[in-house]
Amino acid sequence: MTGSAGRIYAMVLRHVYLYRGSWPRLAELTYWPLMQMLTWGLLSQFLLTNSSLVAQAFGVFIAAVLLWDVLFRGNVGVAVSFLEEMWARNLGQLFASPLRPWEWAVALVTVALLRVVVGVVPAAVLCIPLYHYSIFDMGLPLLGFFANLMAFGAAAGVAVSAIVLRYGMGAENLAWVAIFAVAPLTGVYYPVATLPGWIQPFAWALPSTYVFEGMRDVLLNNVFRTDFFVYAVLLNVVYSAAAVMVFLHIFRIARVRGLLLQMGE
Amino acid sequence: MQDVAIRAEGLVKRYDSVLAVDGISFTVPRGAIVALLGGNGAGKTTTIGMVLGLLLPTAGAITVLGEDMLKHRYRVLPRMNFSSPYVELPKRLSVYENLAIYARLYGVRNWQNRIRGLADELQMTDILDRPYGQLSSGQKTRVAIAKSLVNEPDLLLLDEPTASLDPDTADWVRGYLRGYQEQRRATILMASHNMVEVERMCQQVMIMKRGRVVAEGAPAELIARYGRDTLEDVFLDIARDRRNALKDAAQ
Repeated sequence: MTGSAGRIYAMVLRHVYLYRGSWPRLAELTYWPLMQMLTWGLLSQFLLTNSSLVAQAFGVFIAAVLLWDVLFRGNVGVAVSFLEEMWARNLGQLFASPLRPWEWAVALVTVALLRVVVGVVPAAVLCIPLYHYSIFDMGLPLLGFFANLMAFGAAAGVAVSAIVLRYGMGAENLAWVAIFAVAPLTGVYYPVATLPGWIQPFAWALPSTYVFEGMRDVLLNNVFRTDFFVYAVLLNVVYSAAAVMVFLHIFRIARVRGLLLQMGE
Repeated sequence: MQDVAIRAEGLVKRYDSVLAVDGISFTVPRGAIVALLGGNGAGKTTTIGMVLGLLLPTAGAITVLGEDMLKHRYRVLPRMNFSSPYVELPKRLSVYENLAIYARLYGVRNWQNRIRGLADELQMTDILDRPYGQLSSGQKTRVAIAKSLVNEPDLLLLDEPTASLDPDTADWVRGYLRGYQEQRRATILMASHNMVEVERMCQQVMIMKRGRVVAEGAPAELIARYGRDTLEDVFLDIARDRRNALKDAAQ
């Protein structure tokens, strides 16, 4: 299976052009991370004066908010970039060209990564002057958390894109809401132990759970759980492979059913 | 083998209970302009979709430029291109940006020069920096043709290439495509509802009805066979099942 970095770059460029020419899209990228960071940051500051526990955990909330946004934006970044082609009725043109489906998927994930960096990094940097808190103080573990959440978000985005390809624009809203099904399970703001016992195995089946638990260990106990990191990586390999297989399978169904020529607004 | 651009054998496309293409076989000679005619739902777009590989046939085989499209599609796609009113380009991107992306996808070398050259030839230099979505339908057609020629394809598939164009622009586009075909000795397979266009441009015509090729030949040959004055009359005879005409043709 041969590929072309040039074709992947072309598809990344397609979205860079789109954002370059659309300030509302660009503003939207940074808007929610900033709003989330401000809301949770101010709430944490208020609680700081009232609870010693929260005083200890001040950074935990901010870090959780920012890392959740990595997961959410990673997922939405892939799915929305996919939807852009559906809205533009461009799928037929793309796949009449030499572009391979997997090259397209790599391009979508690359665009999602760019969207996450543009959206979340400014919010993380702004935390420093506003709350005297820097998520970057976590050091190398932060890179591991980021990579795992990005990978899981992207895998979910690829799977959601496949569902939208199969069921059409009627399934468009999945792009926005699907990842929220993970939020209560994965222990973004509270430990998994808080969940009812029978739900906990489902929580531990998600790579993001190991990230958020690992993050709390780094911030509260100053310990980086290598085992959590390894579990997250292994689960991400499984989820990513599954997502790619689902996508390629549905792409074939799309060719059988003529969906590539019919999709549009 | 080298003189055949497209060879379809026993091509069938079924969508659940609907038989869109019913076992057609045809060849398109290399360097020819061939028309696919037929009413709405006759199977033209489905046939073009299968030739492009965007649609998988239920049965049958397609060879394009010597390659099996079901097995080695990516070997031949860089040498093909297509244009259709059923697909569009991203509306917020400028014409230049859209063409640049497709030039890169097709691996065009010196793509900047290629785009400038196409813009000159297709008289669209003044719209290169405008968003595609803000263009008139005539301008969009020119851009679609520029996109379909960006990789200088050996095989060009055109679905209703002059639909929504005024007669003057349509005539100009036909002349341009004809010029491209002669210059490159390219092959063009086009679906059209415009009989004048087909008579003027095409060496061979295939008329489809209910998923089958029901008549095939040079435009003049078909007109003579059906005892008619124009290709449009032949088309109407076939579309409306005019018994006498079919009987005459059979004789």
